[in-house]
Amino acid sequence: MVPPVPESRRSNNLVIASAVFVVAPVTAPAQAETPLGYLRSFGAMAHAITPLTWGLLIISLVVCVIVIALVLGGIVLKRQAGHITAAIPLMRGGDGAGWVGLGVGISSVVLLGSMIWTVVVLAAINEPPSKPALTIEVTGQQWWWKVRYLSDDPSRILTTANEIHIPTGKPVRVELIGADVIHSFWVPLLSGKTDVIPGQTNVTWLEADRPGRYAGLCSEFCGVQHAHMGFEIVAQSPRDFEAWWNAQLKPAATTGSSVIARGATLFAYRCGACHTVRGTEAGGAVAPDLTHLMSRATIAAETLPNNVGNLSGWIANPQAIKPGTLMPTVYLSGPELNDIRSFLLTLK
Amino acid sequence: MTSSEVERTPEIASATTDHGRHLEQIWKTAPGIAGFFSTVDHKAIGKRYIVTAFAFLAAGGIEALIMRAQLTGPSEHLLSPEQYDQLFTMHGMTMIFLYAMPILSGFSNYLWPLLLGSRDMAFPRVNALSYWVYLAAGLFMYAGFAIGAGPNDGWFNYVPYSTRPYDPGLNIDFYSLGMIFLGISTSVGAVNFILTVLRTRAPGMSIDRLPIMVWGTLTASAANLLVVPAVSLAFFLLWMDRQFETHFFDVARGGQPLLWQHLFWMFGHPWVYAIVLPAMGMVSDGLPVFCRRPLVGYTVVALSTVATMILGFGVWVHHMFATGLPNLALSFFSGASFIVTVPSAVAVFAWTTTIWLGRPVITTAFLFFSSMIVLFVIGGVSGFMTAAVPVDWQLTHTYFIVAHIHYVLIGINVFPVVGGLYYWFPKMTGRLLDERLGKWNFWTMFVGFNLGFLPMHLSGLRGMPRRVYTYAEGMGWDWLNLITTIGSFLFAFGVLLLFVNLVASLRRGRIAGANPWDAPTLEWSVSSPPPPYNFAVIPRVASRHPLWEDRLAEGGAVRSSVTRGMVLDHGRETIATTPLDGEPDQILKMTGDSYAPFVLTLGMTVLFVALLRHWWWVVPVSGLAILAALLLWLWPERELDQVAETRS
Repeated sequence: MVPPVPESRRSNNLVIASAVFVVAPVTAPAQAETPLGYLRSFGAMAHAITPLTWGLLIISLVVCVIVIALVLGGIVLKRQAGHITAAIPLMRGGDGAGWVGLGVGISSVVLLGSMIWTVVVLAAINEPPSKPALTIEVTGQQWWWKVRYLSDDPSRILTTANEIHIPTGKPVRVELIGADVIHSFWVPLLSGKTDVIPGQTNVTWLEADRPGRYAGLCSEFCGVQHAHMGFEIVAQSPRDFEAWWNAQLKPAATTGSSVIARGATLFAYRCGACHTVRGTEAGGAVAPDLTHLMSRATIAAETLPNNVGNLSGWIANPQAIKPGTLMPTVYLSGPELNDIRSFLLTLK
Repeated sequence: MTSSEVERTPEIASATTDHGRHLEQIWKTAPGIAGFFSTVDHKAIGKRYIVTAFAFLAAGGIEALIMRAQLTGPSEHLLSPEQYDQLFTMHGMTMIFLYAMPILSGFSNYLWPLLLGSRDMAFPRVNALSYWVYLAAGLFMYAGFAIGAGPNDGWFNYVPYSTRPYDPGLNIDFYSLGMIFLGISTSVGAVNFILTVLRTRAPGMSIDRLPIMVWGTLTASAANLLVVPAVSLAFFLLWMDRQFETHFFDVARGGQPLLWQHLFWMFGHPWVYAIVLPAMGMVSDGLPVFCRRPLVGYTVVALSTVATMILGFGVWVHHMFATGLPNLALSFFSGASFIVTVPSAVAVFAWTTTIWLGRPVITTAFLFFSSMIVLFVIGGVSGFMTAAVPVDWQLTHTYFIVAHIHYVLIGINVFPVVGGLYYWFPKMTGRLLDERLGKWNFWTMFVGFNLGFLPMHLSGLRGMPRRVYTYAEGMGWDWLNLITTIGSFLFAFGVLLLFVNLVASLRRGRIAGANPWDAPTLEWSVSSPPPPYNFAVIPRVASRHPLWEDRLAEGGAVRSSVTRGMVLDHGRETIATTPLDGEPDQILKMTGDSYAPFVLTLGMTVLFVALLRHWWWVVPVSGLAILAALLLWLWPERELDQVAETRS
């Protein structure tokens, strides 16, 4: 996970960052102190859940205060001097059943009310409020997210990774595919969790009111790098979203200096068995598609901000940054690393 | 001997010193090594359970502290991810399986015959077996950890991550076989508890006179008997998948990951109730002693114990709300999860009313028991929040749940258990625990616990996921984790004070006498520690509070008697009574000390090691050892009236 992009780095430039180091083309909303704090909501599903969360939280706090007051009050008011138990005479005492009945009665009414509220909310978010604008297939795997934008037009089907762009104001259907072990898909500010289970396709939906970046993460333990399996929802106005999609569909531009050409060849040879860069010979399918790598804010599933330094370090020794990651350490000489990096930096 | 021996009319007499000496000869365990490995005395077994469970508690606690050190601040590098994964798995496994249930089995083993007015558990050798198997299974699972192959997929051990392609080492094999092994201990122990309460109560102890703790353990045992097979089966299927490439959980060949989750949680949730109900029973029995009055609402509390368990069978899916099951099904389990709170509310209000309508004496035991009410409610309301499906979709897999489970397990298990130690330690050892150190012990544990675990709720509400070995800064979790770490070390210091108090008081504690608290139940009628035979004569029970009934004018015309009763001294004997009314039924011949349980455990240990290491040729050899032990165990004994006389 990466903290939200600070104000100074935000840019009003739309769709694609103009400079390599400037990421986050859209404004981040209210993720200030707590980017994953779900007591606030920014989308339709979360809007339905959050009042229930608050409601039950307040009931819970009130119950705690009452019981603590009852226990403490009883002890303070009724306590006997000294600590020799046998010295205090026994008593038959009152029956007390009425008090127990009263407490249980009130509790039951509160429980019943909460149960009904729960079912009402559950029914409300069972289906998205309107027909989904599009369907995104998200595949959870150790330890990153493959993202496919589905379309009836095969030429519009797009594969990317870890950064999920969606249009604002419309529900988006998310189909969750498990590639290896169980993961869980969670965007706290927009929706609850849905597990990603191999052998079954779970469906959820997302809707964001406003443009912004919303952090997401895997929330089911899935192996040694479960801690570094983040993703990000980037909500954009429908127009910006369309522009982004169109730009992403383009293959990588392969022209450039000899360094870049060398880098492209080297990349295809050393990295292309796992990674795809459309428009080049690199066509591997087991690792993230890097065709527009530099349009993304982070690398290694939200582990590091995407900049030259981090990119170099990651390529040189991924195991040092994310021990156990399935990306092997590929031994590269200094010049080789430089060539590959120069090539990657052109993938805007 | 003939069958008339068990159908004879027992002699009724008053206890005398000579009689006690005679019983001592019959019931005492041989000294030294021989006695150590052969004893079936429930008191020795109970104490072993308690000591062993506390040793595992200490191990699990140290694991937790290492993890907390790693999580003190963002991006710490004390542990590798793999080390962290093994630690959190071992911590969960240790606390839930090797501490929480066995500690309660320990108390129940020690106390039940004393509470019930019997001379031993129904099956003394089974009792010894359940302890030895528990110890062996615990060591078996820890052996994996010791060689760097500890379980590393969480105590819930979800497939497919725990299948061979993703986790190829011995880690999960240790866990799978260890859990099947441990299941044997739990199951035979459960059978023994159930039969003991049905069969070996003192005359007159009808079921409406049972201490609540007996209700708790009885209920938990019945549940264990029903649900342990589910988890043993799950681990067996997983082990088969891992060794022989069967396809129960292999998705590529039609296996079902959710099958694991159903089997695991069908077991797992009832288990959670099983590891709190006996402890709640300790509070129901102990708290009133320090309030100087009977428990308010005995009948509803007893019934709510059973009701919790029955409802507890219908809530397992609340661990699976996010797995994509249909919302209609989720609604049912959500409703059940709300309803299961009602019987807990009964207990909470019964305890609170007991304090208000009593005269509380502030002892250390009272502090632990009464603070448990507060911790129970905090853990209860966070559970109530997760019963709401949509809210659970946010809360689940976050530190909010970590807070919840610790308020439940530490609040409703550890606090009552420590209170129970302060309460019953004098009975077990003859010496009182130090009260001054006890107060320090309580306050450091109470403050440390809340300091450590209360902030976790907020970490969770701020989105911090569980089971991460590190976290980035800037998420709003940094200071919360720092406080949590400080609190957890303070809590650990509190537990250390408990250990200090136990060791110090064992040597120098004040002599307790038979009934230091002026408590009402039968265990306080005998000396501290009790003689090997428990009761010189079998007591006769006429009320719920045999030692209080004169002062409370309970029991009517017939009074309980602990000094005059059935003598039963033709060998190891106790009385069998009818299940509901506790009317005398038959004389029970009790089995004596035997090496069979220990040898049987050794045989099974060899079997499990052979299965782990694929030493197939050792399997039949261990099978022979097991058979030999069973023969030794079951060989008819004249003393048990199992050998018929051929000539008169």
